Amino acid sequence: MQTDWSVVLTFLPQLIAGAKITVQITVIGLLGGLILGTVAGLMRAYGGRVLNAVAFAYVELIRGTPIVVQVMFLYFAMPVLTGLRVDPMSAAVLAIIVNAGAYIAEIVRGAFLSISKGLSEAGLALGLPQWKVLVYILGPLAFRRLIPPLGNQFIVSLKDTSLFIVIGVGELTRTGQEIMAANFRAVEIWTAVAIIYLVLTGTMSVALRMIEKRMRIL
Amino acid sequence: MSIIEFRKTSKHFGDLKVLDEVDLDIDVGEVVVLIGPSGSGKSTLLRCINGLEQISGGDLVMDGISVRAGKKQLRLIRQEAGMVFQQFNLFPQMTALENVAFGPRKVRGASAAEARKQALALLEKVGLRDKAGHYPAELSGGQQQRVAIARALAVRPKVMLFDEPTSALDPELKQEVLTVMRQLAQEGMTMVVVTHEMAFAKQVGTRLIFMEHGKISVDGNPRDVIENPPSERLKDFLQHVE
Ligand SMILES: Nc1ncnc2c1ncn2[C@@H]1O[C@H](COP(=O)(O)OP(=O)(O)OP(=O)(O)O)[C@@H](O)[C@H]1O
Ligand SMILES: [Mg+2]
Repeated sequence: MQTDWSVVLTFLPQLIAGAKITVQITVIGLLGGLILGTVAGLMRAYGGRVLNAVAFAYVELIRGTPIVVQVMFLYFAMPVLTGLRVDPMSAAVLAIIVNAGAYIAEIVRGAFLSISKGLSEAGLALGLPQWKVLVYILGPLAFRRLIPPLGNQFIVSLKDTSLFIVIGVGELTRTGQEIMAANFRAVEIWTAVAIIYLVLTGTMSVALRMIEKRMRIL
Repeated sequence: MSIIEFRKTSKHFGDLKVLDEVDLDIDVGEVVVLIGPSGSGKSTLLRCINGLEQISGGDLVMDGISVRAGKKQLRLIRQEAGMVFQQFNLFPQMTALENVAFGPRKVRGASAAEARKQALALLEKVGLRDKAGHYPAELSGGQQQRVAIARALAVRPKVMLFDEPTSALDPELKQEVLTVMRQLAQEGMTMVVVTHEMAFAKQVGTRLIFMEHGKISVDGNPRDVIENPPSERLKDFLQHVE
């Protein structure tokens, strides 16, 4: 078997462009997912019966279906149902928001509920309203406990973007596939793609580990 | 003048009747010591006063406000009734100083400088001024509980509620907390204290209440009641505690 690693250099600009799209989908998707997940998680932990049920249904729906099906639904079925066309990029971002949001909701709920009830009572007993107890006492404590599982979810979501090959978004995996189809350099191209993913997830891991180190878990 | 008034107050947890039509008036300046067997409803009685437990029947008026009057009124009640817990419950992400300054800042709306000054004075009062910058995890149980007392006092309550404040402490650490409480009583603070420290009850208490099955079964002067228990069950109970 002959390998020719120079093809990697030739196609590097294309691969990097693909990686940029991967990062874009991941970053925007996770920012949205964090907001959605925090709201849904707090609804699960502190909402009344109705809010809790709504958030529970959302989480179960998303966790119970594959992300490929979710993005296919957003890209192909939603336009039929609503008449609104979405481009592949928006569908991809939306899929990460909705998908990561569900998992983050469970992480947020768990982090808040793991804090002893006594702390919340101590805050309430001072005469604070519930929302201030959440913001000033439980929030900062929960945040520290959130970081490790959130880091995990971030890495999963980054890798999940490769599945969006099915709707033709020009992210990293899709780019690799296209180059491959033209020159059949499977070993070189997929090795390069894998390494780029490793660099991306590795950067995330290191960043999270640094944040974790600077914060004591209480 | 009464500051806490139980009016046929009842509390159920599902089918379990934990407070059974309790009638009780507590006057300004009283130091009421609550004793009774486990499960008799002491903690529940205390927690109904500041609305940590919602009453199920009758009424309960604290400083002229009914605990049933609504959320906003309940917050006013809580500002007037400080609480000290068996497990201290200090905020672990804050230093001793920040714990004590927290109430004035976030509840009373004091400025940072003002809250800090007050907090330092209170830490001084409980003998922990030198621990101001320490986190709860760096303090002994007795020190944590004294910070917790300072934290509750910082909101300037009219009443202090203590739920077994020394039960989680080693014997040698109990005294430092009891000393602070004794001092507070001498300053005229109205206090309701669940405790099994009978020496404290005798020395500091102005009134002793023995609870059984959600009812007040004995209510009298601590010294008299302890020396001549009016019921067999209280006599038994005291023998167990000693
Ligand atoms: N949140 C709750 N839900 C259900 N039952 C409860 C709850 N809190 C207390 N109880 C029950 O109410 C009864 C009285 O409890 P309470 O804590 O007031 O007793 P206590 O006199 O303080 O006892 P101890 O000396 O053990 O602290 C107990 O039987 C207890 O199991
Ligand atoms: Mg109790």
